[in-house]
Amino acid sequence: MSMFNLNNSYKAVVIGGSAGSFQGVVKILSQLPIGFPLPIIMALHRLKHVRHGFVEALSLKSVVQVTEPDDKEPIKKGGVYLAPSNYHLSVELGNNFSLSTEEMVNNSRPAIDITLGTSAYVFKDKLIGILLSGANKDGALGMKHIKDRGGMTIVQEPSECMIETMPKAAMAVTQIDHVLKVDQIVEFFKEIDKQYR
Amino acid sequence: MQDIDIVDLKKISEFIFQKYQYDFRNYAMSSFKRRIQRILEIKRLDVDGLMKKLTDSPAFINEFLDELTVNVTEMFRDPSFWRIMREEIIPGILLNHKQFKIWHAGCSSGEEVLSMAILLKEMGILDSVQLYATDLDTTILERAKQATYSLKNMELNEKNYIRFQGAGSLADYYKVENGYAVFDKDLLGAVNFRKHDLVLGEAFNKFDLVLCRNVMIYFNQTLQNEVLKRFHESLFKYGYLAIGSKESLIWCDYANRFIVANNEEKIYKKIKD
Repeated sequence: MSMFNLNNSYKAVVIGGSAGSFQGVVKILSQLPIGFPLPIIMALHRLKHVRHGFVEALSLKSVVQVTEPDDKEPIKKGGVYLAPSNYHLSVELGNNFSLSTEEMVNNSRPAIDITLGTSAYVFKDKLIGILLSGANKDGALGMKHIKDRGGMTIVQEPSECMIETMPKAAMAVTQIDHVLKVDQIVEFFKEIDKQYR
Repeated sequence: MQDIDIVDLKKISEFIFQKYQYDFRNYAMSSFKRRIQRILEIKRLDVDGLMKKLTDSPAFINEFLDELTVNVTEMFRDPSFWRIMREEIIPGILLNHKQFKIWHAGCSSGEEVLSMAILLKEMGILDSVQLYATDLDTTILERAKQATYSLKNMELNEKNYIRFQGAGSLADYYKVENGYAVFDKDLLGAVNFRKHDLVLGEAFNKFDLVLCRNVMIYFNQTLQNEVLKRFHESLFKYGYLAIGSKESLIWCDYANRFIVANNEEKIYKKIKD
């Protein structure tokens, strides 16, 4: 029996992370079930002036090629997307991305709150939000938006995080459905996958 | 932050179009919503309050435009782009024309046109180039003309200039006054700053190079398609169009009238009228 109360109505998974999240993301992507049916949209804090290298590093281990979407690129099932450096990544109604160079939010561009918030707006209760290790509060408000619109919220177990500020901030502002270690998040993805088989 | 209904966003953009003839109806929804939320927050208004203010105080529209449009920019943003400009694109234009024209469309606070002026000066051809810089927002155009930037922004600008591998030091071009970097006015002496609306405005000249980087990301695809037609009309045959590093034109009707001049830096060349 699964510990997660899942179904096959989800449309997307969105992941936020900052300091200390890289290893977790790599682990999740490297053990992703082949043909995972949902798009995975990631906003991870990163160096603003380094355009190259990050997506390549993630793709190296990932089961699926990770891409940094262009502005207005359609969101495809099974695509794994990473917010490009120095841009905010939003999800638009009509199932495509948009990018922006607006002011930093929580000292960050890309800001996790923007990606999570716009995803929540578009996908409503069909969204799964996951927030990993990080050293600031970016993403907490985004997780609240996801919960408020009926989506599922997951944070990385704070004791396992290199820096627990980010998941703890989310836990303080909204209800978190599951507090999981990265290994359990890996299992969670497998459970999700089964719902669509 | 207040959440705003899409119906309210449409009401606001429709009203502004009817009353002030600025057309935000085809702006990308997520960023337009954030900009409106930001204005409501700064002005401590709700949607009805904003509508009332726009109705009752016509002078407010300029302030509104200044806050609505995104004016975050850097000098030499994406230094590799500026190196390609210096090493490939501008030399390519110079092969055929000793004098030419550049348009910075949506120039905001002027960092890019200033970067271009410095690049051209270092190439020794600043006097041979006519620069046009346009924006919808007259407040920001005035700021662009001042070529004066807060010192806290200069750290990033300096870093970009070093990565651009400029001929000297960025500090050669400005003096520090009261916490601001005041750039040499001669750099912008020949720049033609003017108000221009990319959405409703007509083509007003012909150019060898148009730069419009990270502006069309605020438009939806319908509007991007229209604006590309305007750029096509504003370019000489074999002229260049530069867009932001994560923008794409492939879904536009006129995409096949351009070829890729540099894929990495998103520079296109018009090959068909």
